[in-house]
Amino acid sequence: MKFLRQFAARIVGQSIRIFARAITAVRAEWKGIEPVPRQRVYFANHTSNADMPMIWSVLPPALRRSVRPVAAADYWLKNRLRAFVGPEVFNCVLVDRRPEVKDKPMDTIIAALDEGASLILFPEGNRNMTDDPLLPFKAGLYNMGIARPDVDLIPTWVANLTEIMPKGEIIPLPLICTVTFGEPIHVREGESKDDFLKRAADALLAQRPLVRP
Amino acid sequence: MSETTADILLLTLGSFGILIALTVLGEILRARQSAHENNPMLDTYMTRVQSWWGMVAFIGGALLLGKPGVMVLFGFASFAALREFLTLTTKAQADHLSLALAFFVVLPLQYVFMGLGWTGLFTVFIPVYAFLFLPMVSALRGDPQRFLVRVAETQWALMIAVFSVSHVPALMSLEIAGYGDRSVLLIAFLVMVVQCADLLDFFFGRRIGRTRIAPGLSPKTWEGLLCGVLSAMVIGAMLAWITPFGVLGAALMAGVAALVGMFGNIVVAAIKRDRGVKDWSHLIPGQGGFVDQLDSVIFAAPIFYQLTKYFYT
Repeated sequence: MKFLRQFAARIVGQSIRIFARAITAVRAEWKGIEPVPRQRVYFANHTSNADMPMIWSVLPPALRRSVRPVAAADYWLKNRLRAFVGPEVFNCVLVDRRPEVKDKPMDTIIAALDEGASLILFPEGNRNMTDDPLLPFKAGLYNMGIARPDVDLIPTWVANLTEIMPKGEIIPLPLICTVTFGEPIHVREGESKDDFLKRAADALLAQRPLVRP
Repeated sequence: MSETTADILLLTLGSFGILIALTVLGEILRARQSAHENNPMLDTYMTRVQSWWGMVAFIGGALLLGKPGVMVLFGFASFAALREFLTLTTKAQADHLSLALAFFVVLPLQYVFMGLGWTGLFTVFIPVYAFLFLPMVSALRGDPQRFLVRVAETQWALMIAVFSVSHVPALMSLEIAGYGDRSVLLIAFLVMVVQCADLLDFFFGRRIGRTRIAPGLSPKTWEGLLCGVLSAMVIGAMLAWITPFGVLGAALMAGVAALVGMFGNIVVAAIKRDRGVKDWSHLIPGQGGFVDQLDSVIFAAPIFYQLTKYFYT
């Protein structure tokens, strides 16, 4: 039974990848790093529920196997289908953001890093529904960088998803979605939380593809 | 096996022969240079040859399958080209419906009209009907910001990616007296002369090219262009047996197609420069995109179609 579920998870994973490629021709741009297996935290902008599957889809198989998206437990455990897709297909690190829960999200995340996993993280915390390119980052990225300073933090920009499927539209446009990976950053010696988060946000914004209007 | 089928097979195998020669040549050059030496020109050449392998296989296969095969292949090419183009154009959420119509209604209908042989509607559908109606759909959503830029760029995308591309398969439905079912070979003729001209323009441009045609925009030179067009005319004359044009006519048609294709390539370079996408590799890594690969054929196709229609039907 367990074997069967694993098999199903792989089929579903491949289908999501093929679907993402077919609809958005999603492609990776390795601007600052090489697609080699190395422990990394890919931190990305978050405008749509499709962000995470997009990043996941463009990673080469070896990297995809070792990457774990950090995601909200309340979303991925809502029903049985999501509880299958989130934890088993994407191998999500589920964090519970409710304050009354004993497990602190950061402990779960650090534990995943210590097991050797790479992570996909959305440091804005929530989906960005505003016209600004980014919301202010939460402290998580900084805490992670302090706790495990060796891990590369990779700014990862997901472009065009808002145009493919703007809020309130029903038909997705088959435009090309690009995922750009920038140069790794680390928390510097003595750098304050706010300084680092600002630098991280700037590094992420710098990955936006230059398309002049 | 009909004569046409035999000719398609012969052309495909002949192209494979040329590609084998080109691949071997590239591998020899690569083997001769030292391991850590980087030769970007050789890399460009090799990726181009690689994509030609795919192109010959796909086009050869489609031509053998006849009309449905050609329609599906070029329909997909249009789709890929339109997607590349519209990814770069200015748009607002107000255009969402008109863009969706462009992808899912205008594009398929253009190919349906082509398949049914309704040449009248095929020729005016995008320049007249899409041109007039899509901006109405956008305007109804009431966002005036950069409106003219948005609708103009969408129309440009449709003209290049759908209207122009669909003229390649449309060559098949031209009825030329005494040519029978061989119209399908015109597709092979157009693609072969234009692509060969591109390759030879690239080769001679690097060798003897001095005077840039459009400095700061494209590496193309007048010397390369001249050599490319002349070679296209020679190749066209050699391929005259698959056309209804005769030897001189085939050379002239090939020359015109190659010339239009090369200037089309410069236009595409200008668009990319304007949008700040400099590299070929920016759309599809290693290969450039569909528009990059086929830009010269795309620009040459409507002219080639109209000339053939005017002089030979």
